[in-house]
Amino acid sequence: MKTLQGTSASRGIAIGPVFQYRQPTLQISRNKITDSEAEKLRLNLALETACTQLSDIYDKALFEIGSHKAEIFQAQIEMLQDPDLLESVVQAITDDCQNAEAALFDSSEIYAATLEKMGSEYFRARAGDIRDAIQRVLRILTNVEENTRNALNQPSIVVAVDLTPSNTINFDKNMLLGFAIVMGGPTSHTAILARSLGLPAIVAMEEGILSLPTGSEIVLDGSQGELLSECSPEIIAAHRERQAINQAFFADLQSSAMNPATTLDGFSVEVVANVGKVDEAAPAVALGAEGVGLLRSEFLYLQRETLPNEEEQYTAYRGILDAFGKQPVVLRTLDVGGDKELPYMDITQEINPFLGVRAIRLCLKRPDLFRPQLRAALRAGVDRNLKIMFPMIATLAELRAAKQVLAQCQAELRQEGVAIAENIEIGIMIEIPAAVIMADYFAREVDFFSIGTNDLTQYVMAADRTNPGVSELTSAFAPPVLRMIAQTIDAGHRGGRWVGLCGELAGEPLAIPILLGLGLDEFSMNAPSIPLAKQIIRSLNRSVCQVAARDVLNLTGEEEVREYILRTFPVINDLVK
Amino acid sequence: METTLTIQHPVGLHARPASIFVQTAKKFTSKITISLDGKEVNAKSILNILALGAGQGSKIRLVIEGDDAEAAINALTELVESNFGGVD
Repeated sequence: MKTLQGTSASRGIAIGPVFQYRQPTLQISRNKITDSEAEKLRLNLALETACTQLSDIYDKALFEIGSHKAEIFQAQIEMLQDPDLLESVVQAITDDCQNAEAALFDSSEIYAATLEKMGSEYFRARAGDIRDAIQRVLRILTNVEENTRNALNQPSIVVAVDLTPSNTINFDKNMLLGFAIVMGGPTSHTAILARSLGLPAIVAMEEGILSLPTGSEIVLDGSQGELLSECSPEIIAAHRERQAINQAFFADLQSSAMNPATTLDGFSVEVVANVGKVDEAAPAVALGAEGVGLLRSEFLYLQRETLPNEEEQYTAYRGILDAFGKQPVVLRTLDVGGDKELPYMDITQEINPFLGVRAIRLCLKRPDLFRPQLRAALRAGVDRNLKIMFPMIATLAELRAAKQVLAQCQAELRQEGVAIAENIEIGIMIEIPAAVIMADYFAREVDFFSIGTNDLTQYVMAADRTNPGVSELTSAFAPPVLRMIAQTIDAGHRGGRWVGLCGELAGEPLAIPILLGLGLDEFSMNAPSIPLAKQIIRSLNRSVCQVAARDVLNLTGEEEVREYILRTFPVINDLVK
Repeated sequence: METTLTIQHPVGLHARPASIFVQTAKKFTSKITISLDGKEVNAKSILNILALGAGQGSKIRLVIEGDDAEAAINALTELVESNFGGVD
């Protein structure tokens, strides 16, 4: 057996014969033209044909991989209609008498070359998108057919120097088992496409793959980024078994989304959704959300000219509460100020908005903002399972002040004879290190904690999460952040309170065993992450996670934490790619 | 008219956000330029916008001249502030 190494681009295992695919290299002819009008017409026809093709591919991609990812092809159409590009192409044709091929190639290469030199991999990958779009036009101008559509006559693993997004989408999906290419990176569009199509794929492969004979049987392990050739029947059989387990797992995902998240050793946790709009509620229920762990009430306040009144807020909250029936909905009171500006509010510009008057700090200063929201929430929660949570709490005094405003609103509404939610649970977001340190005291005065890891991380690490210069410091996998989470959960539990987490970390496959091991009671995440997160929880033993969680708290770097989890939980290793 | 906007999208003004941005800019007849770090380009050209390399946190300046400048500035501001309709 021989092993060839690359970078994992899309998880899963493919077993089958090699197909060596080579993109025809276009030799562009360069010649002086005499009739520039005719040449411009030729160019325009080719551009138009290319855009029609791309728009067909877009429709196909829309159906196969969904709207967000299909936008790649929309962007390519946009590139071919770029006014600045076309101006310089036309200029080269009319002023320099260049033929359309040469004019188009040269003008577009300037942009591709600029993008290729950029620091961010996302921008570098766009150079490939421009070249792919331009190659399409050049093929039309020179009458060379794109040859992936009927390239495969049996289910095969495609091996190539490079594949463009349009090559990839054009292969017959019944014939394409997976692919391995020498070029590319894990965030190239081809890699993203592979993940969306659920195709095992490896990029940045050793060049040795190019000499594998077409038709020879190989194993492509997309999760490990390995390609195995000259395998014994035993090796093939072992990988077929892994492949079957993998496939069953994903088939189950959607159908089991509504099942509870109970570990193999019988411990259940709550998996709920972060919701930011009324129309996200019903889809979240369908994806298996058992409630809302974070209702971002900001949605009502942003992108408008005036403050939403109590009635408007009541209707919106009630709509979301209704979608979840008896299931819990945790409403986080307004978290704006600082960097999230409200145009209709006179908020002072601050030098350090993340450390300034935001969230509860603003609400306590502005009862005109805070009270209508609390009144609307209390009214909307009647006969529903509403919980109220205050964001950015640093001190017990803030918590007490917020609770006092809430109590006043309750008293007021009762006096007005209005029906309100009774005995609602009150909680706080734990996102400021001060609150972690004092969590034992907070536990005496609230019903629950919800850890906001995005903000907690930036405050623990003193690293602005919107500043790319310090992005290496903003991982919630950093042991100091994990220790803060552990401390919060312990303090909550000692005080008899439940603890949730509503940052991005909750839906991270690699974080789930850690959080489960630390004893987290409620995982709140973006709804699309729920089916997988539930399935991961169901495939874990809580007792094993507890040992792992203790171990990672004694590691010193976030990379070590990730490696430890990947090593300890091979099941997750298969899923995260 | 002019305004300064901050790109919040985690991967910056690249493929999808850039594409949506240009599609929106093209709806207006006004001349729209976008600049970053002293480099000024046509906001209706996706290639030049990509070449700006406006990553997350970049502060871009829009200058708009023409009959529908006000509508254009509102539409583009809303687009950027709504994070291009969501993070992918």
